Amino acid sequence: MCAQTVHIGSGAGFAGDRLDAGLPVVETLARRDGPRYLIFEVMGERTLAIAQRIKMRNPELGYSPYLEPYLRGVLKAAKDAGVRVVANLGNANPLGGAKKTLEIAKELGVKGLRVAVVLGPLIHEFGWIADDWDRLAAGTLAGHLLECGGQVTGGYFCDPGFKDVPGMDDLGFPIGEIDADGSIVITKAENTGGLVTRATVTEQILYEMHDPAAYLTPDVALDVTGVVLEDAGKDRVRVVGARGHPPPETLKVTVSADGGWLGEAELTYAGSNALARARLAADIVRTRLVRNGVTEPVRVEVVGAGAAFDNDAGDRAQGRNMPLDGEYRLRAAVRSADKATAQYVNDEVLSLFCSGPAGGGGYRCSITGQVNTASVLVPRGPVEAQARAEEVTE
Amino acid sequence: MSADGRLTLPLHAVAHGRAGDKGNRSNISVIAYLPEAFPHLVGQVTEDRVLELFRHKGATKVTRYLLPNLNAMNFVIDDALEGGVNSALTQDLHGKTLSFLLLGGVEVTVPRACVPAGSRYLDG
Repeated sequence: MCAQTVHIGSGAGFAGDRLDAGLPVVETLARRDGPRYLIFEVMGERTLAIAQRIKMRNPELGYSPYLEPYLRGVLKAAKDAGVRVVANLGNANPLGGAKKTLEIAKELGVKGLRVAVVLGPLIHEFGWIADDWDRLAAGTLAGHLLECGGQVTGGYFCDPGFKDVPGMDDLGFPIGEIDADGSIVITKAENTGGLVTRATVTEQILYEMHDPAAYLTPDVALDVTGVVLEDAGKDRVRVVGARGHPPPETLKVTVSADGGWLGEAELTYAGSNALARARLAADIVRTRLVRNGVTEPVRVEVVGAGAAFDNDAGDRAQGRNMPLDGEYRLRAAVRSADKATAQYVNDEVLSLFCSGPAGGGGYRCSITGQVNTASVLVPRGPVEAQARAEEVTE
Repeated sequence: MSADGRLTLPLHAVAHGRAGDKGNRSNISVIAYLPEAFPHLVGQVTEDRVLELFRHKGATKVTRYLLPNLNAMNFVIDDALEGGVNSALTQDLHGKTLSFLLLGGVEVTVPRACVPAGSRYLDG
């Protein structure tokens, strides 16, 4: 066990995050001392279900399709600097992901790389024990702040003129400096854009949190109601006061099932009287879908006229005055068990080209397979935690 | 401006926030830019007002949590996401845009000093 500060940087906050964000984090970590880690958090409930489906078709696959581009960007620099990479890029097939990682390393000429399934850098470095609730809570809070990458460094925060963020085209990803006592400093990669302030940290603390006194994880119930934020220099915020309580007796299980199809189609109306033309187009589509026997839930709306805040029936837009001239986009969406119904709804929007109001243009459509998920709680008792550390070598 | 120097403005003038989702439940943080604004927000941005704003989406219940250390409130809105990712037909299945429905849809009356200096809400 050592008492040094552990540095944990984020390379990605979701599958699809910027590919070039990790390297500046590694370069910053290379200039720090002590144990240093780079994390990639790319797993979600749906991601995992989709990965499982891919693995069922091909047992070699099922790791994240982003494993290769993310690791390719940082592997050599991380190895040279002694920065360990911890990632859930394995998705449904961690071992397959480990093998792929070695392939990439070989191709890049990175020698002596060790790949294993590991967990908990902080427990590992500090020897924190499993019922030291306050420190586990601090570690959980650090993870919560880092797991969404740029969301704590000005990403998803900037509101021009109100919350300005410099250099968002080169947003620096976060680094957490965690001490053995559980105090956290959030900062970011050097020579990058973005910012770390009490405001950016506060937004991320509460992100996807329900009861702030009981943010439940399998390891600890995190209580942030006593958290205090202190400015600790430029782009440095100290986070203290996380408290922990024993975790719930139950564990969350996510069940995934085939969710049918989502069809979506759009068409733009622009310029003089555009809103009236878009609304007429919506009425035409609705009427024809009913007449032709579509009973699935359908939403036909006008984007630009308050659609995002409205419901399927358009109740909120009723009685609101919107400019008739402008730029509006008709959108139809349907969920159906069969692909043909989704295709038919899309085709009704397409048919507006020749049979709808004047001046519609820019048709786009998609039909995507859906995965439905449901969460259930199961008693912890019968669930055995297993850790398997397997080293894959050439 | 009223006679006692108070301003009635959208919540967006004095607070910022972020929306997240779990299933068919949305959580939206509301964070005062200035500490002096926080007590006014606690008094005025109530569970009932937020429920009214989201009822057309199907919302059934709002729970408000206060975090005075952070000058923040956390609103948890049950059934606000039209069924959530599994069944909603809206473009924004996760309700990520809804923080701005709350920030723009509720008005608050506050002393001028609660609005950050230079805010465009103070023009004119």
